[in-house]
Amino acid sequence: MREYIPVLLFLLVAFGFAAGTIALSSIIVPLRRNAVKNSAYECGVVPMGDARQRVAIKFYLVAVLFILFDIEAVFLYPWAVAFRQLGLYGLVEMALFIVVLFIGYVYLLKKRALEWE
Amino acid sequence: MTPVPAPQLIALDWWALGAVIALSAGAMLLLLLEFVPAKPGSSRAAVLSLLTLAISAAAVFVARDARRSIFDGMFVHDGFTVFFTLLFCAIGAVSVLLSWDYVRRTGIHHAEYYVLLLCATLGMIVMAASNDLITIFVGLELMSLGLYVLVGFRRAHLESNEAALKYFLLGAFASGFLLYGIALLYGATGTTSLTRMAAFLSESPLRGNPMFVAGGLLLLTGFAFKVAAVPFHMWTPDAYDGAPTSVTAFMSAGAKAAGFAALLRVGLTALGGMPAEWGPILSAIAILTMTVGNVTALLQTNLKRMLAYSSIAHAGYILVALVAGGRDGASAALFYLAVYSFMNLGAFGIVTMLGRGREERVLVSDLAGLGFRQPLVGLAMTVFMISLGGIPPTAGFMGKVYVFKVALGAGLVPLVIIGVLNSVVSVFYYLRVTVALYMQEPQGEPTEVSWAAPAVVALLVTLALTLWWGIQAHDLLLEAQRSVMGLL
Repeated sequence: MREYIPVLLFLLVAFGFAAGTIALSSIIVPLRRNAVKNSAYECGVVPMGDARQRVAIKFYLVAVLFILFDIEAVFLYPWAVAFRQLGLYGLVEMALFIVVLFIGYVYLLKKRALEWE
Repeated sequence: MTPVPAPQLIALDWWALGAVIALSAGAMLLLLLEFVPAKPGSSRAAVLSLLTLAISAAAVFVARDARRSIFDGMFVHDGFTVFFTLLFCAIGAVSVLLSWDYVRRTGIHHAEYYVLLLCATLGMIVMAASNDLITIFVGLELMSLGLYVLVGFRRAHLESNEAALKYFLLGAFASGFLLYGIALLYGATGTTSLTRMAAFLSESPLRGNPMFVAGGLLLLTGFAFKVAAVPFHMWTPDAYDGAPTSVTAFMSAGAKAAGFAALLRVGLTALGGMPAEWGPILSAIAILTMTVGNVTALLQTNLKRMLAYSSIAHAGYILVALVAGGRDGASAALFYLAVYSFMNLGAFGIVTMLGRGREERVLVSDLAGLGFRQPLVGLAMTVFMISLGGIPPTAGFMGKVYVFKVALGAGLVPLVIIGVLNSVVSVFYYLRVTVALYMQEPQGEPTEVSWAAPAVVALLVTLALTLWWGIQAHDLLLEAQRSVMGLL
C-alpha cells in the first residue's frame, strides 16, 4: 500500500486547496447583496422558463454518430504509431474496420440522417 | 511490456471463423441492398438472411471436428462452439421463416429487421465461442443491442415502445453488473482469459477471497438477467408481450440459450465446474425461478405473457442441471436448451399466425374452437404444449428426464422434488390452452389464421424436431455430451 501514499497526499492537497480557497474567500470578501446579484446568472440574459425541456432528437442522433466516427479516429492513431510492426496484417485489419464503418456511413447518408432540416 | 509479435494472416483458420464472417458480411450486404430498389412485396431480405444463416451453419459444419484457438485464445472453435453455432443458426432461420409473413402483415417490413436479427444471431455465436470475458461481453452487447431495437420495432405501438425501453434500461443495468463482475475477476486473477484464469486458480485457489466471490456473483447476476431467472425476470413478461411476436420467439429461444452458453463456458473452463460457493445460490435461484414462473403463468390470460412466464420456469429447470454441475450437468443443460428452443419457437410461431392483417389475437380465449376449424394449428399447438409441460412422447419430457436424472445423480433430491412438483403445476396452464382449442366455443368473432408457406415450413420443422427428439433423444444427447467433452 506504500506506493499509494503519494496519491493520498495528492487527494488531500486537491481537496484542501478547494476547501481552503472557498473558506478564505467567504471570510475576507465584503458582502454587499442586492436583487440583481442574487438572481440566477445565465449568459447575461434574464433566465426564463424551465431549463428541463424537450430537446430535438436530431441533436442526439448527431452526438451518437459523432462518437462513432470519433472512436474510429481514436483507433487510427495507435495503428499509425505501430504501423511498421503490424505490417500487412494491421493494414488489412484496419481496412476491414474502416470498410465496416464506411458501410454504416453510406447507410446514414442514404437514410438522410445527417440532413438537418 | 513485452513487444507484441506481429500477427500473421495465415495463422487464422478461415473455416472456424466462417460463421462469424458470413453473418457479418450478410448483415452489411443486406444493409446496403436496402438502397437498391426492389419490387414491392419482394422477399429478398428474408431470402438473403436465410442464405446467410445457411452459409454460416455450413461453414461451421465443415469444420466441426477441428479444434482451434484463434486471436490469442479469445475465440475458440470446439465442439461446444459448433453445437451452439448450429443451434443459433437454426433458431435464426426458424425466426426468419416466422417473420416472413408476420412482418409484412403487421406493417414492419424493413430490411433493418433482418439486419438486426442477423447481428443478434452473430452476437449469440460470439458469446458461445468466446474464451475471454471481454469477448463474451462484446458478443452479449451485440446480441442485446440488436434485440432492444427489434423489441421496439412496432414503432406505432405504445406497448412495443414501452417494452423496448424497459428491456433497454434493465438490460443496460445488467450489463453494468456483468462488467463490474468482469472487472473484479480481473482484479482477483489478473486476467480476463478463461484458460489463463483456470491456470491461475489451479495454482492459487481463491477460496473465500471477497473480490473473487463478489466478481463471480456479479457475473452470475448479469447472466441471470439475460436468461430471465428470478429475481432478475421482471422485464420478461412486458418485453415478450410488447415485442413483435416473431421477435419474442427469436429472443425467448436465442437470448436464453446464449446466456446459458456463456455461463456454462465460464463455469466449466475458468472456474473448473461451478464453484462451491455458487451451489446454494444457484439452487435458490433455480427453486425461485421454477416456482415463480409456473405459479404466475397460472394466472395469465394473454398467451404471450403466459409463454413468457413459462420461459422463466424453463430457465429454472436448466438451472437445476447447472446446480448438478460437471460435464453431465452441462450436457443435460445443452440438451434441454436445444429442445426448449424448438418447442418454444413453435409455440410462439403459432401465435404469429393468429389473426388476419394487422389484427393480432394473443389471448388464450382467442384459441377457442380453433382446434377443429384449423386441425394443423390445433395439433401443433397441442404437441408444443404437451412438450413444454413435459409429457411423453415429446422432446420436453426427455429434456426433463435428463435434467432430473443428472440432479438425482448429484444427490439433489429436494431440488428434483420441487422441479417435478413444478412440472405438475405447469401442466395445468399448458392444458388450459388445449382445452380452449378443443372444448370451448368462441365468444364473439372466431380467430382467423394467416396462412403463409414459410411459417408453415417453420411450424412443421419445429413440430418434427419436438416429436423426433421425444422418440430418438439419444442422438441429440450424444451430440450434447460430445460437444461438452470437446470443450477447449
